[in-house]
Amino acid sequence: MTSQQLLSVIEPDGSTNGHESGLSKDELLHCYRTMLRVRAFDDTCMKLQRSGRIGFSIPNKGVEACQVGAASALQKTDWIFPSYRDFGMALYHGITPLDMMHNMFGNANDSARGRQMPVHFSFVKPIRFVSISSPIGTHLPQAVGAAYAMKLRGEKHAALVSFGDGGTSSLGFHSGLNFAAVWKAPVVFLCQNNGWAISCPSSEQTASESYAIKAKAYGMPGVRVDGNDVLAMRKAMLDALDHARAGHGPTLIEAVTYRMGGHSTSDDPTRYVPKHEVEEWTKKDPVARFERFLATRKLWTKELGEKLYAEAMEEIGAAAKLAEATAPPPLETIFSDVYATVPQHIRKQGEASFELARRKGDASAGDGKFPL
Amino acid sequence: MATLTLVQAVNDALKTAMRDDPSVVVLGEDVGPKGGVFLATEGLTKAFGKGRCFDTPLSEDGIIGTGIGMALNGLKPVCEIQFQDFIFPAFDQIVSEAAKFRYRSGGQYTCPMVIRTPYGGGIRGGLYHSQSGEAYFCHTPGLKVVIPSTPHDAKGLLLASIDDPDPVIFLEPKALYRQVKGEVPEGKYTVPLSTLRTVREGKGVTVFCYGAMVPVCMKAAEQAAEKGIECLVIDLRTLLPLDEEGVLEAAKQTGRVVVVHEAPRFCGFGGEISALIAENAIEYMEAPIARVTGFDTPFPNTLEHHYMPDARRVLDAIEHVHGY
Ligand SMILES: Cc1ncc(C[n+]2csc(CCOP(=O)(O)OP(=O)(O)O)c2C)c(N)n1
Ligand SMILES: [Mg+2]
Repeated sequence: MTSQQLLSVIEPDGSTNGHESGLSKDELLHCYRTMLRVRAFDDTCMKLQRSGRIGFSIPNKGVEACQVGAASALQKTDWIFPSYRDFGMALYHGITPLDMMHNMFGNANDSARGRQMPVHFSFVKPIRFVSISSPIGTHLPQAVGAAYAMKLRGEKHAALVSFGDGGTSSLGFHSGLNFAAVWKAPVVFLCQNNGWAISCPSSEQTASESYAIKAKAYGMPGVRVDGNDVLAMRKAMLDALDHARAGHGPTLIEAVTYRMGGHSTSDDPTRYVPKHEVEEWTKKDPVARFERFLATRKLWTKELGEKLYAEAMEEIGAAAKLAEATAPPPLETIFSDVYATVPQHIRKQGEASFELARRKGDASAGDGKFPL
Repeated sequence: MATLTLVQAVNDALKTAMRDDPSVVVLGEDVGPKGGVFLATEGLTKAFGKGRCFDTPLSEDGIIGTGIGMALNGLKPVCEIQFQDFIFPAFDQIVSEAAKFRYRSGGQYTCPMVIRTPYGGGIRGGLYHSQSGEAYFCHTPGLKVVIPSTPHDAKGLLLASIDDPDPVIFLEPKALYRQVKGEVPEGKYTVPLSTLRTVREGKGVTVFCYGAMVPVCMKAAEQAAEKGIECLVIDLRTLLPLDEEGVLEAAKQTGRVVVVHEAPRFCGFGGEISALIAENAIEYMEAPIARVTGFDTPFPNTLEHHYMPDARRVLDAIEHVHGY
C-alpha cells in the first residue's frame, strides 16, 4: 500500500470488501448505538450552549466512526489519552452521559470538580480516560511513558493517544513518536485528520504527502485509514494493538475524516470552510455508511435508527437536566488538590475567601471546609 | 476620532503599522482568513496579502522561533499566540533566545519583535484559557512586558512596542476585548513604554493595577469614595522596564498602598511593587502594603468569579489599609 492509499472495509454502498470484523450482532449494534449517542450528546450540547445553559462545547459530528472504531479494539485494561474531541471513546467503554454532563455543567459532581472547561473530561473507570489538557500535543509523550511503564512491568496492555492533524505540528508529536519508536513502547498514535485545525486546512499544516508517512522517518509503521468507516478503524486499531502487545512497538494511524461542524461552539466555520467541502463530506457521513452496512446484515431499518436516536436523546436530555440541577462545586474546590496536602499559604487564602463569602452572604453549601 | 473596542484598537494599530512600514508582518495560528479567534487580525490578510499576515502550523515554538529569525533579518514580526496559556512551548525561544540575542552577541544581533497574546480570566476558560503569566516574563531580563487596559493605550502602546528595538511581550486583557470602548485617534501615535497612567486622583489610598484589573479597581475606588476614601488609581501599563519613579511618587502621595493583580500572589508582580516601596519609601508608609490577587492555585472554571479579585475584595483591602 502506498502512503496515500486508504484502508477501508465498508464500501459506500454498505457491502464489505472481504474483511470480517469478528464482531457479534450485539457488538455491531453497540458500535452503532454508541455512534448515535455521540451524535445525540453533540446535538444536546449544541442546544444547551446556544441557549446559554453551558458555556462551551466541541462538535463531534463527522468523526464518530474514528472514535468508536478505535475504542472498540481496546480492552478495559488499556489506557486512553484522549483529545477534547473524543466523546465516543468514553461512551463506548461505558462512561455515562450523566458523568459527562456533570463536566459540561462544571458542577459539584463533576469528576474534575468544576475546575476544567466543558469537554475536558477525566475518568478512571470503567477505563482509563486520562484527564484532558487544552494545550495541544502535551499528552503524546505522556502516553508513551504510561505505555513504557506497562512494558517494563511485563504487562500486555497498551495505550491509545488521540490527537488532530494540527497536533502533528506540536513538540509533543516529535518527542512522543521518537521516544516510542526508540523504546518500542506499546502505544498507538491516532491522528484524526479531520481536515482542519480551527481555520488552518490540513494542507497548510504539513507538506508531507500524508500524515501517516511521517511514521516512516521515526521508524514505525504508518497506516492511512478511512476514518468514516468504523470497521476499518477497528481493524487498523486491532492490528496496531497486536503489534504493540507482541512487543514490536508503536504504530501511527492516520484516520482520514472530516469535521462536519465548527471547531467549537465559539467558532463560525462559514468564515473559512468552503461550502462544497461540507456538502461532499455530508455524503460520506460515517453513521449513514455504517447503517448501510448494517442493513446488508439485516440489522438496521430506518425505524430502528430513529428509535435508538430518540432513546439516546431522551437519556442524554435527562442527564443534562440532572446535571443542571446539581449545585456548583463548593469554594474549597479552588484550594484543594493543588497538592496532596494543603500548604499553609493556600490554607490562609482559602480561609480568607470563606470568611469573605460568609460576610458578604454568598457562602454556598459546603463552602469553608477543607478535606483534611 | 473613532470609538473602538479594545480588540478593534489592536486591529487598528496593526493596520496602521503595516501601512506605514512594509517590514511589519503578522503571523500566528488562525490570524489569516479567520482573522484570529478574537478577530484581532481581521481583514489584515485581505488588505495586505498573504505575505504580510499569515497562518502558521500549530506550533508556538515555530511561531516564535521563526519570528526571531525574521527579526534578526530585517523584518518586524508581530507574532500572535492564540492564548497566553499556550505560549509555553515557545518559552525556550522567548527566554533563552529572544531575550538574550542582543546581550550574547554584543549588540550584533537583535530581536525587534512583538509577541501579542490574550491573557487573563473572566471568560469561563478554566485552567488553560485564563492564566496571567506576566511574572514569568518579568523575571527575564531582555524582555519588555506591556499590558494595556483601554483602547487608546492598546493602540498607542502596541505601536510603541512595534517601534521598540527589543522583544516585547504584549499581553492583552481578553476580558476587556469587547467590554471597554473608547476614543482612538486615527493614524499613528504612540504611548511611550515605561510610563504609568493616573486613572484617578485621590489622597486616601494608592491602588496599583494593570490590565483587566483596572476597571475592577475603578469600581472599588468609586465605592470607597462613597465611604469617604479617595483613591489614587494607577495603571502601570508597562511592567518591565517599570516606571519606578512614578510608582514611588504615587505611593508617597498617600502612604497607603494596595496592589492588585489576577495572577497568583506568590512571586507575583505585586511582590515587586511592594519590595520597591519597602526599599525606597518605607518611611512614607502609614500602613502595611496590601495585595489583592488571584489565589496560589490553578485557575478554576465554575468558581472563577471567586478566584479573580473583584471590587469587593479590592474595597476590603482599601478599607483595611485606610483604617490601619
Ligand atoms: C499549544 C496550543 N496551541 C494552540 C491551541 C489552540 N487550539 C485549540 S484547538 C486548535 C486546533 C487543533 O486542531 P487539530 O489538532 O487538528 O484538532 P481538531 O480540533 O481538528 O480535532 C488550536 C490551535 C491549543 N489548544 N494548544
Ligand atoms: Mg483537525
